[in-house]
Amino acid sequence: MEIGLTHFLIISGILFSLGLFGIATRKNAIMVLMSMELILNSANINFIAFSRFGGFNMEGQIAALFVIILAAAEVAVALAIVLNIYQNYHHVNVDEINKLKG
Amino acid sequence: MTPEMLLNLSIVILLIPILDFAFLIFFGKKLGRASGFIGTSVLGIDLILALIVAFVRLTQYPNETMQQYKFDWINLGNTSVTLGIGIDNLTAIMLIVVTLISFLVHLFSMEYMREDSRFSRFYAYLGLFTFSMLGIVIANNFLNMFIFWELVGVSSYLLIGFWYEKDSAANAGKKAFIVNRIGDLGFLIGLMIIYSTYGTFIFEDVFGKIHAGILPFNSGFWLTLMGILVFGGAIGKSAQFPLHVWLPDAMEGPTPVSALIHAATMVAAGVYLTARVYPMFTADALLFIAYIGALTAFIAATIAITQVDFKRVLAYSTVSQLGYMVMGLGVGAFTSGFMHLVTHAWFKALLFLASGSVIHAMHHSMHKAHNHDMDPQDIRNMGGLRKTMPITYITFLFATIAISGIPFTSGFLSKDGILAGTLAFGELSGHWFIPIAGFGAAAITAFYMFRLTIIAFHGKPKTSIAEHTHENNGFITIPLIILAVLSLWFFYSMNPLNPDEGWFHQRTQAPQSAVPASLMWNFMNPEKEINANENINVSNNRLHTISNELNKTGIPAFLVTHTLVSQPKVETEFKETLHHAHVPAMILSLIVAISGIILSFVYYQFKVYDPDSIVNLYPWLYKGSFNKWFFDEIYQATFINGTIGLAKVGAWFDFNVIDGIVNFVAAIGRGLGHITGIFDFHIIDGLVNLSAKISGWLGTALRKPQSGTIQAYLVLTVLGLVVLILLFI
Repeated sequence: MEIGLTHFLIISGILFSLGLFGIATRKNAIMVLMSMELILNSANINFIAFSRFGGFNMEGQIAALFVIILAAAEVAVALAIVLNIYQNYHHVNVDEINKLKG
Repeated sequence: MTPEMLLNLSIVILLIPILDFAFLIFFGKKLGRASGFIGTSVLGIDLILALIVAFVRLTQYPNETMQQYKFDWINLGNTSVTLGIGIDNLTAIMLIVVTLISFLVHLFSMEYMREDSRFSRFYAYLGLFTFSMLGIVIANNFLNMFIFWELVGVSSYLLIGFWYEKDSAANAGKKAFIVNRIGDLGFLIGLMIIYSTYGTFIFEDVFGKIHAGILPFNSGFWLTLMGILVFGGAIGKSAQFPLHVWLPDAMEGPTPVSALIHAATMVAAGVYLTARVYPMFTADALLFIAYIGALTAFIAATIAITQVDFKRVLAYSTVSQLGYMVMGLGVGAFTSGFMHLVTHAWFKALLFLASGSVIHAMHHSMHKAHNHDMDPQDIRNMGGLRKTMPITYITFLFATIAISGIPFTSGFLSKDGILAGTLAFGELSGHWFIPIAGFGAAAITAFYMFRLTIIAFHGKPKTSIAEHTHENNGFITIPLIILAVLSLWFFYSMNPLNPDEGWFHQRTQAPQSAVPASLMWNFMNPEKEINANENINVSNNRLHTISNELNKTGIPAFLVTHTLVSQPKVETEFKETLHHAHVPAMILSLIVAISGIILSFVYYQFKVYDPDSIVNLYPWLYKGSFNKWFFDEIYQATFINGTIGLAKVGAWFDFNVIDGIVNFVAAIGRGLGHITGIFDFHIIDGLVNLSAKISGWLGTALRKPQSGTIQAYLVLTVLGLVVLILLFI
């Protein structure tokens, strides 16, 4: 069986769904961040896949590189936030941090 | 001495007493008794300067018109208010009168007020009074005169109420001030008419415009009324009927004050004013003045007969003599009226100072006897003072003889002139009431003055207090002696029976009248004679005047002189009749005076008849006189109660009608307020609350999804996205 675009998209879809599920269900903020990485990587797969099977150009790969860099930066900021949350609450349980409750 | 120097010197005379006042009012307390010496010596300097000014004016410039300074006080567009001062013969004589009596009273008070706790304050007030009085004297316009007129009123008020711890003194001060206001209101209205008609206050300019035929509202009636209104000021200040009621009460002040203000100078200010503005009086105004004077002279004399308070007898005598002066001016005996002002000033100041001497001695005697309940002013407690106080007695007797009008005294010269004037006036105008009142009052004056002398000084002492009185020291007796000497005839005229040739008469002739001929008395109109023989002379004189004295408006000033030399020689019918009336008047006045004196000796000295028998014969006459003809009671019943009643009606109206309307309007406002309040509370507030509640409900409803849990939001977002995708694809 020839591995085609469809497979990549399915993999990427599964990865995205797993990430979304992780964000929605995990309590630990670190786990939520990690699930977010999954979603970002699923998008990366899409970029790469469309780049390979689409017009054979480099744009998709460059976009993927950007996303990786972005992810790194985002994690740096997000971990700093998590660290601060931990200092205030002494835990990082996302469902218990509901200060924004109306 | 140049006229400028004369004027500058008179300004200095005016200012010295006010500096004295300012100094004593600020530093008097520290100085204590020294303030008396300061006040007296300052007034002594003032007196010397006044004597110099008067002497120069009366010897070097007796024939000139008023020498004066004028300056603009206020400039308002085209109009200006001009003030100034001026010196003429009347002023010069008045300067001596005011400063000399003021000086003597200062001297007298050194002893009389010795024990008073506000000794320096007293001297300060005397200085203020002297300043104000001098201001009246040297005014050359109505406004200056009015300003100082009111200042005199203030100082009179301060001095009457000097012993304000006594209610009677405080009330007397208020009464004098308020009664004077009534007359001054007339004066003020007169001034308004003058200024609105003539646009100036200067005497000679006003007279000039009257002379040029400009009349207020173009009617002679208003000119008469203007004169009467200005004379209203004199009615108040000179205590003429019907405003004479304040003067007897003013005797609550210290006796030196009574002598200075309420006998010699201030009350004469009204007479001086009348003399000063004499050219503007029409025949009707002069008749009014003559009647007021005659009524005052007679009524006050009848009251004086029965009074028992030493000073009150003298007070009513003052009112009566002021009536004489006013009557003299009113009938046209200008010179004698003014002369009576001067001669009366000496002998009435003497009478009051002598009464002060008696009261002072009585006080001391009471003090020694430890008797503090007796009235030291009641003549029924005196008697026999002739022996214990000889100097006071003799000087008092001098003044009594002078006021009774016996020859060889100054009083005879002036009084006789006035009576001759009334006689001539009665003959020419037919108003015989005036001479009858004049001669009647002369008889009564002689009677009551000798009654006072006999009861107080003759006979045996009626109380032990009177028996132990002693003559006072030099501070009191020297002024008495000086004034007694001044009551002799030779100061005014060498001829003791006829003053016509004396210096006084030569320098104080009646000024020509400025009013149109149709408004003059026929018999005082000089034109009648002039038309016949001296027409040319007069028109030349007028031309001369016009070329010399054109003022701003082009109307020549009416120059007032008081000598015959510079006036065209005019012989009016009145003067001729006056000349003829002189001898009969003299004989008649001597008869009435001597009969009055004899009567009082019969009743009080030799007691041939008992005075009580007359009292029993005509009890209502006695009661009327003793109670001052009930003037105070009548005023109390009519004007005072009327005013209070009117005030009560006004208060009732205010309380019930005005307040009712106000309260009614307020009630309407309150009712409207209630209605709008209900509307506000229930409808407006309801709407506001409703919208607030809706927001509240919405907020509560929308709070629910805001759980604050990020994961819940995420799930909802995803669900929403899914829904959107399902909807659009």
